[in-house]
Formats: sequence, C-alpha cells, structure tokens
Amino acid sequence: MDMDMARDALVQEARELLVAMENALLEIETDGASSEAINAIFRAAHTIKGSAGLFAFDLIVSFTHIVESVLDRVRNGKVQIDDAMLSLLLNCGDYIGALVDAIQNRTENEEPDAARRVVLEKQLGAYLEPPAEAPAAAALTATAKEEGPQQIEGSGGVSSDNWHLSLRFSPDVLRNGLDPLSFLHYLSSMGRIVYLHTLTDNLPPLSQLDAEASYLGFEIDFDSDADRAKIESVFDFVREDSQIRILPPHSKIDEYISLIALMPDPGRLGDILVRGGALTEVELEQALQQQQGQEIGQKPLGAMLIEQQLVPEPVVSAALSRQKQNEEKKSHEQKFIKVEVSKLDQLIDLVGELVIAGAGANLIANRKKDAQFEEATQAISVLVEHIRDAALTLRMVPIGEVFQRFPRVVRDISRELGKEIELIVTGAETELDKSMVEKLADPLMHIVRNSMDHGIEGTEDRVLAGKSATGMLRLNAYHESGSIVIEVSDDGRGLNREKILAKAIERGLVTPDHNLSEKDIFRLIFEAGFSTAEQVTNLSGRGVGMDVVKKNIESLRGEVEILSQAGQGTTTRIRLPLTLAIIDGFQVMVNDEVFVIPLDLVIECVDLAGHDARHNIVKLRGEPLPFVRLRELFELPPIQHNRESLVVVQFGQQRAGLVVDRLLGEFQAVIKPLGSLFSGIKSISGSTILGDGRVALILDVPHLVQQTAQQQHSLTQSAVAGLLTNNKTTER
Amino acid sequence: MPISEQTRDGHLLLQLEGGLTIFQAAELKDELLQALAHAEHRIELNLAAVEEIDSAGVQLLLALKHEAASQQKTVNYSHHSPPVLAAIDLLNLAATLGDPLLIPNAR
Repeated sequence: MDMDMARDALVQEARELLVAMENALLEIETDGASSEAINAIFRAAHTIKGSAGLFAFDLIVSFTHIVESVLDRVRNGKVQIDDAMLSLLLNCGDYIGALVDAIQNRTENEEPDAARRVVLEKQLGAYLEPPAEAPAAAALTATAKEEGPQQIEGSGGVSSDNWHLSLRFSPDVLRNGLDPLSFLHYLSSMGRIVYLHTLTDNLPPLSQLDAEASYLGFEIDFDSDADRAKIESVFDFVREDSQIRILPPHSKIDEYISLIALMPDPGRLGDILVRGGALTEVELEQALQQQQGQEIGQKPLGAMLIEQQLVPEPVVSAALSRQKQNEEKKSHEQKFIKVEVSKLDQLIDLVGELVIAGAGANLIANRKKDAQFEEATQAISVLVEHIRDAALTLRMVPIGEVFQRFPRVVRDISRELGKEIELIVTGAETELDKSMVEKLADPLMHIVRNSMDHGIEGTEDRVLAGKSATGMLRLNAYHESGSIVIEVSDDGRGLNREKILAKAIERGLVTPDHNLSEKDIFRLIFEAGFSTAEQVTNLSGRGVGMDVVKKNIESLRGEVEILSQAGQGTTTRIRLPLTLAIIDGFQVMVNDEVFVIPLDLVIECVDLAGHDARHNIVKLRGEPLPFVRLRELFELPPIQHNRESLVVVQFGQQRAGLVVDRLLGEFQAVIKPLGSLFSGIKSISGSTILGDGRVALILDVPHLVQQTAQQQHSLTQSAVAGLLTNNKTTER
Repeated sequence: MPISEQTRDGHLLLQLEGGLTIFQAAELKDELLQALAHAEHRIELNLAAVEEIDSAGVQLLLALKHEAASQQKTVNYSHHSPPVLAAIDLLNLAATLGDPLLIPNAR
C-alpha cells in the first residue's frame, strides 16, 4: 500500500543523501573543511535520521543519532575534523547504507553487522564528550521566591532542568500521513520524556468526531542535551500549521505564563506543568498572580507570545532554510517521473516495430507512384524518426552515474597503496544507454584499479623520475562519430613493452619471431591469465580482470584499446556504440543482397572506377585506403557489372573502404540479434527487416575496419611503399 | 471485518482485529457508535488482536470512552496488545485507557 511507496521513497532519499554525504566528505578531504561541506554532511545524517524516525526504524535512527551527535560537535567547532574522522565517517556512511539496504529488504529489525556497528559506535564515542553535568539551578528558585513577580519577569528562570514542549498538532496532520505518535517516538530518541500529558479537551463527542482529524495535544517535559534547533527540527514536517512551543530548561517564568494563558482553563495547564515538574507549586502561583496582575494592567497576554520572541534567530533561519529545501525538493520532484525500465523497453520495442511498418508503407507508396501518398508517408516517416530519437534518449543517462563512485574508490585505494593520487573527471555529462551504464561499472573499476596499482608509481619513484609527487588519474568521456568514448588515463610509468612481450613468450601466447606492433603488444594484456605484476597485490595483479574487461566491453559491441608511453602514462580507451536498439543505417547492395552499414560510421561514398585500386588498396586523394570487396568477403557469385562504389567508413581513428555494387541510401534499421548459429561470423553484427519484409544483414564495421587494417599490415610495408612510390612517380 | 461481537454476561463483547489506525478509523467509528447504541450498559472491547495503533486509533478509543460516559454507559478495554500498551504508555494514558477489567468473568 501507501506505506510501501513511502518506504521506497525513504530508501531512495537516503541513498541520495548518502551520496551527497560521501561527496562532501571527500570534498573536505581534498579542499579542507568548509562549513558548507560540514553542514551538508550534517544535513544528510539528520534528514536520514528524521525520515527513518517517522517510520520508527529504530536501528538506523539510533546509529545515525550518534553520527549526528559527532557531526554536531564538529559543526560547533568542539571537535576538529581530521583524517581519522573522515575515514570513520565514510565507514559510518557505508554502514548507514547497509541499514538502508536492510530497510529495502524489509529486514530493518535485524542488525546487518552487529560487530561492525559496535566498533563504529566505539570509535564515534571517542569524539563525544561525557555528558555535561546539569548546571545546578536550585538557587534560582530561592531568589524567585524571595523577590516577587516583577523580578521574575525580568530575569528569573524556573528551576526545572527539563525542556517543556507544548504541542498542538494541526487537525490535518494525520491526513497528511504523519502520526503525532511517530514524532513522540522520534523525540524520545533524543532524550528522555520525563512526563507527558495528553490533552483531550478538543476531542468532540464520538458522533461528531472526524476520525481522520487529529485532536490530541501534548504537554511534555523532556530531558535532553540536544539544543533547541535540534528539538525544533523534530517537528520540521509539521511546523507550518501546528502550534509547537518549546521552552528550554530554566525558561523565564513569563514564558510559562504565556503558555498557560493560551489554555482555555489556565488552572488545568498549571496543574499539568506542576505534575510534570516543569514548574514548582510556588512558581505556578507566582505565574498565575502575575498573569492576573497584568490583566489588570491591561497588557494583552497574547502580545507576550509572539512566536518570534520565543524562537531565537538561528531557529528562524533554520526553519527558513528547511522550507527552502522543501521547495527545491518539490521542483525536483516535478522534473522527474519514475518509470519502470520494462515499460521503457516495451516502448522502444514498439517504436522498432513502427519503424519497420513505416518502411513498408514507404515502399508501397514508392511503387504506387502516387505523389500525395508518397508525401503523406514521407511526413509520417519523419515523425517516426523523431519518435525513435525521443524514445531512445529516454534510455540515455549521463555517464556521471558511473563516474560518481570513483572518487571514493580512488581515495580508498590510494590510502591502501600509500600513493597520492588525484582524480580528475571530465565529460561526466556525456550520455549513453542506461543498459550500458550498468555493465560498464565493473570493467571501469578493473581498469582504474590497474592504473592505480601498476600504472602510477609510488611517491618516491615519481619524485625520482622528475614528476609531481601526486599521481593523476583521469576519467574522461565524449561522443565521437556514433560512439561514446570513455578513457581512463594515468600519468604513471606506462606499459613496459619488453616485459609484456617476454611474458607473452613465456606463456606461449606469441612466438619470439613474431614481429608485433606496439599496439599488438599492448593488446596482449587482455589475454586470459596475463599479468606482469611481479607482486600480486590484493587489488589487481592476479591476472583476472583485463580479459574480463575485454569480454564485457565486447559483449556491448564495443572495443577497448590501450595507448601507452613509457614513463609518461597509459590511457585505456573504451569505445561503445551509442545505442543497442535502433540505428540510422545506410543500405548498400551486392548482387541482390542488401547490407546495412551504420550511417554514423560512413564518411563518404565515391565511385571506384577511375581510382587506382590494387592489392585491396585504393589511392584516395593521395592517401592509401585499404578496402574490402563485400562480394569476395561473402563469397557471392560475380556478375557482369562494371560499376562499383566505394563506401568509406571510419571506426575510431582508422578508415577503410567497402566496395559494393549499388548504394540504396539511408534507412532506419531496427537491430535484431542474430541467432547463436551465426555467432561465429565476425563480419556481421546483426540483422534488420526491410520495408518489403526481406532480411538485411548489418555489417560489423569495427571488425571490418580492423581486418582490413591488419591485411594492410600483413601486406608488409614493401608492397605499400612500392605502391606509394609508384603513384608518386606517376603523379610527377 | 475488523470487529466482531458477541454477548457475554449481558454485556457486549467486541473484538478489534488488525489495524487501529487512520486507515480504519472512519469505518470503526461508525461501527463503535452503533455498538454503543445497541449496548445496554457496558461494552467490553478486547484489544488483544490489535496489531497497529496510531494517534487516530488512540483518540477513537478516548472519544468512545467519553461518549459512553455521556450516555451513562461504560466502555472497558481489555487484553491490550503490545502495540496498544506501547502507545498508551508513551501517551501516559494508562489511567484513562488502561481499564483493568473489574469483572473477571467466570472462566
């Protein structure tokens, strides 16, 4: 029911707050303590406690309470925030996270890790001072007694050590989903309720009772070390239309007078106050006397109880900022609606079908040669295209979602390794498909760990090498021709070619007489079971990881490459297609077969005739371009046909040509996966359905580009060089 | 039905079950009013099966008590379940809602 939704909302809110808290902690660590960051942490802990308190999730409330108390002391400058405390608070954040998980799993009454909690609480306890002794105030009563009412009004405080809370909740509080009982529960987490009186005066006869309105009032005497703002904050959610009066210990007696004056029957409240120990009999007597005296003096009692007078300045501003927060939250809520991923997937499936059906209609229109019909289908297909793009962007999320967990990771690992490492994140707003975000997290984690562990040197080595003592790790993301590129760079020692090669030969991955390019050598580290680290650390170096990284990335139809310069650093570059569902395709034809090339990867189309094409290399504007004839690649029968077109495609930094018979133009292709029967075929990445119902194959351009590049390489420099010199001589 | 009734020793015995919260309060209020109208002198409300109570529930119990008094009838609450006891304890209402049963009923 509603409770479930509220619970989900609580969990989500708590998670967001924990992220905010972690960010603020890391900010303090890098930039030093700022009151803003400390406040952010405090707010996060406080709000989590507050919301959990409303649900009476006591485990999380009691734990967060201790964290909050420590933070409060930091905020008040009683304790300095230091390194050890930062680590402790990060750990506490993790533990609160575990408690939040427990709420989500509905096991909120079980301690996720009792031993850990004890340790954390003990560490937290070290930052808390032993409870201060309540200042003795008995003398005050004595003076009050002797010096009469006038004096009391001026300076006298009552003798009670307790707070007095007078609560009249708004009638709507229950309807708003808030139960006064929860507030009292929560209140009792901050101290001890010494005395509580429930006022039922407003309760109408049963027949006239609105069962969903709140009629109860409470007078509470409360023993707590909390400050006023904190007690006030218990009632943040209801402050607006409820009457909440909070009298601190040893309040002036006239504050009690004004409280009493608000009651229809002053004597009764006075009685309650005395019973709860807020006032002594003598104090009450004085108060009542004084009240009467003032009435005679025609001083309106109400004037004494202007809320602002009772509430000190900081409380007002706290209330204001709270309100502002609420407003911001509201506008935040309006900006987003939560949608189940499955619904989104369904929508995208439907759009896919729409695209196919639209292509069919287009085809018929073209055949009918009906200008009006063609125009109509044209308009529809433009709209379909827009819908497709809009639907796909629904699934796009900023990669920052993945990146945001790394500051903490980098911090923890650099501690563990005793290295100083700074993390720079750029391009966090670059968007990619949600499904990829989830699958990217692990590979990225591996790469980052590898970079920190093996790439970046220890401080001493860095200084010796003439580099800055602090290592730099950089996460970057950007879009490039239909792909998203994610880079993890470090400024460490770089990959050691010789070592990798030696290891590969030792493992039998390559033979010594292999003549490998630098790129090929670096690629070796993605082989299963390959690790050159002399020393296996608990982070990486076990030889699992990089091959898993490669597999994960390839399963997303992406590729990963490594650029490295000895002594300068290493960059691991992951390139992924932007979407997995629908693409703009470019149709080409060989014999009667239609093939589709992702349009984003097509650079240009040229007529092959009239170009110098030999050994699968064509000279295009003076540059050699390797190409492949699709007819040969797919072993289609040759036909008598002398016009051939060259489609130039690019993937990453490499280009290649594909030779086809005819160019058919653009086409929206809904990617359908190939059956497992075709899993061995490397040159095809999927299939799609054409408007007339035929199936067309989608070319795996990244693979083809790589293949042609390798071909070019294996032709060896001599042939290419010969070709080039030939060309040059003929040109001149 | 969260409420079930039977007569015992000439007084009405009501059994409340499940939640005694704002979600049930409006419905319960009508039923309790009816029950009160039916009762001759005394209603006993067995709270043993109340699983949850909030302030809406508490004030309903209070109002029923007042209402009964104004009709010169008595309402007793008995066999309070732990959640009810906790709420009564927190609100310091034991004197009003505690109601140790005066008549132990021949068992």
